[in-house]
Amino acid sequence: MRFERREQIPPALALLTPLIAVAVSLALAGGLIALAGAPVLTAFGKILTGAFGSKLAATETLARAAPLILTGLAAAVAFRARLWNIGAEGQLYLGAIAVAAASAHLFGGLPGVVQIPLLFLTGALAGMVLLLIPLWLRLRFQVDEVVTTLLLNFVALLFVSMLIDTVLKDPLAFGWPQSVPVAPEAELPKIIPRSRLHIGLLVAVAVAFVVHFIQARTAFGLQSRAAGLNPSGAAFAGVPLGRTLVLVAMLSGGLAGLAGAVEVMGITSYVTTELSPGYGYSGIVVAMLAGLNPLGVVLAALFTAVMFVGADAMSRSLAVPSYIADVTVALSLLCMLVAIFFTQYRIRR
Amino acid sequence: MSALWDILASAGLWAAVLRIATPLIFATLGALLCERAGVLNLGIEGIMTFGAMIGWFAVWNGADLWTGLFVACLSGMVFGLLHAGLTVTLGLSQHVSGLGVTLFASSFSYYLFRLLVPVEGTPPKIIPFQPLHIPGLSDLPWLGQALFTQTAPTWVAIVLAIVMALALFRTPLGLAIRMTGENPHAAEAQGINPMVMRYGAVIFGSGLMAAGGAFLTLSAFDSFIPTMIQGRGWIGIALVVFASWRPGRALAGALLFAFFDAFQLRLQTVIGGAVPYQLFLMTPFILSILALALMARRARVPQALMQPYRRGER
Repeated sequence: MRFERREQIPPALALLTPLIAVAVSLALAGGLIALAGAPVLTAFGKILTGAFGSKLAATETLARAAPLILTGLAAAVAFRARLWNIGAEGQLYLGAIAVAAASAHLFGGLPGVVQIPLLFLTGALAGMVLLLIPLWLRLRFQVDEVVTTLLLNFVALLFVSMLIDTVLKDPLAFGWPQSVPVAPEAELPKIIPRSRLHIGLLVAVAVAFVVHFIQARTAFGLQSRAAGLNPSGAAFAGVPLGRTLVLVAMLSGGLAGLAGAVEVMGITSYVTTELSPGYGYSGIVVAMLAGLNPLGVVLAALFTAVMFVGADAMSRSLAVPSYIADVTVALSLLCMLVAIFFTQYRIRR
Repeated sequence: MSALWDILASAGLWAAVLRIATPLIFATLGALLCERAGVLNLGIEGIMTFGAMIGWFAVWNGADLWTGLFVACLSGMVFGLLHAGLTVTLGLSQHVSGLGVTLFASSFSYYLFRLLVPVEGTPPKIIPFQPLHIPGLSDLPWLGQALFTQTAPTWVAIVLAIVMALALFRTPLGLAIRMTGENPHAAEAQGINPMVMRYGAVIFGSGLMAAGGAFLTLSAFDSFIPTMIQGRGWIGIALVVFASWRPGRALAGALLFAFFDAFQLRLQTVIGGAVPYQLFLMTPFILSILALALMARRARVPQALMQPYRRGER
């Protein structure tokens, strides 16, 4: 038995791949739910109603999708250029704390129309800076950015923890380590009143379209894909590799920083070290499930959000730990990898 | 200044160095073995988490400590088999597969832990490995306290580093593993099966990673807490580069690293308050990044690292 590369990938198969991967991972998750002694179909039903069963549930799921779309895009644009940015989690936190600081101490008096875009930019800039460090280490010292971005996640979280313990600590929080809140003008307007669904979702979806346009229609998009597919070939064809990677890093880090900004301005209004339940890492799964396609990221983020919100609700009524969501999402990444392989290769005897 | 000398002269510091180094030695050796055969294993963080959980669970469930360590090893090997299947047989991206294994292994261990162990106020405890009394040596003044109050797995880790150095550089099997990591096509021409070498190295290496995780719950502490691995796996990956893929230097690197860690812990109590504690906690990660920047260009990377091998395809 051996594997033979397909001459061309049937488009129907390419579109089906993520669906197959998700189906297999859900089946495996079903096995784990059975292991917990819970009725499997009831559990899946409760996940669905938990995510969509009421207006509140649906808005919660959509609100959860917003940061996942942005971190998913951050991973997708980077991976496309073979820049292994695993640091979205740290970039998200740095973006969030930069926004809290800037709103409290710099732009606080400005009206929302001016302040909100300025803060988006601030968050994105903070994320960019954090990713440019490992990129510089890669270009200057040939250090693999996977490890450095991973390590910087810990540094960033500790840095944020230090700030909210000291200079950015909210004096009104009864000694609880949380940052000063953003100005009321900086809080993102709600799409649906009295829910947590804010315009950050629309921003995220719009950004996905912009990224799609950049990748499909601009020279930079082409160059970043070429840099990923074949770096030496791309360099030979005149693609400025270093400059392309710097731009990719700015885009990727900026998107992750923006995720932090959106989360602070839309949901919490202040930063704690529990701001993100691993949005940065889930973003990697989202990007892979989407086949690194920016528009696919929106759908993949929605799936991930459904799993997280739904599993929370399900575990409250059945004795299944809510970690089942993390397991399913991780499994879907592994299944997706295998599924992608079989779109590119077929088995020959 | 005298406070610094007091820290350096305390036997407790040096005992802590060996204790902190042990999981790093296991993890680094495991990662090193995988990479010598040409496979980067970023599953390390999750594999260590699972090893810590399942080893602890086995002992909590009545197994003895060595059985717990062995169970952890076996679980690591299963995850190694998964990673090898994805990266060796299917030739998938080692980066993404490894991250997938980490995400899966860590979330799966939290899931199982929640399922198997009743939720209580304080996490349940086991009786961990006790310091091994070595007649004569342990009774030496100062030196006995500093170096010879370790638990048995610490000595296993140190011996393992030496054994791996000898095995990799002094045996035909070691040569075959290294050759697979340098040039699998040439290895195959010599009658070596690169697939078998890579599978073996990844499975065995992952077993070691899990043992490193289990040391934390079976010796250093006595209970399992999610996220307790705290980036030790990633630090291990950095140490492999720092060690230039040599087991002896990996041992030295882990000890050096543990020295800084043990030192900063004690420094915190001396000058704590004046400096935010988070700065101290950052040092291991920043040190790892500095070590990488310092050594990455000088290190001799296995030439076929991260390159999938397919027979007849170049």
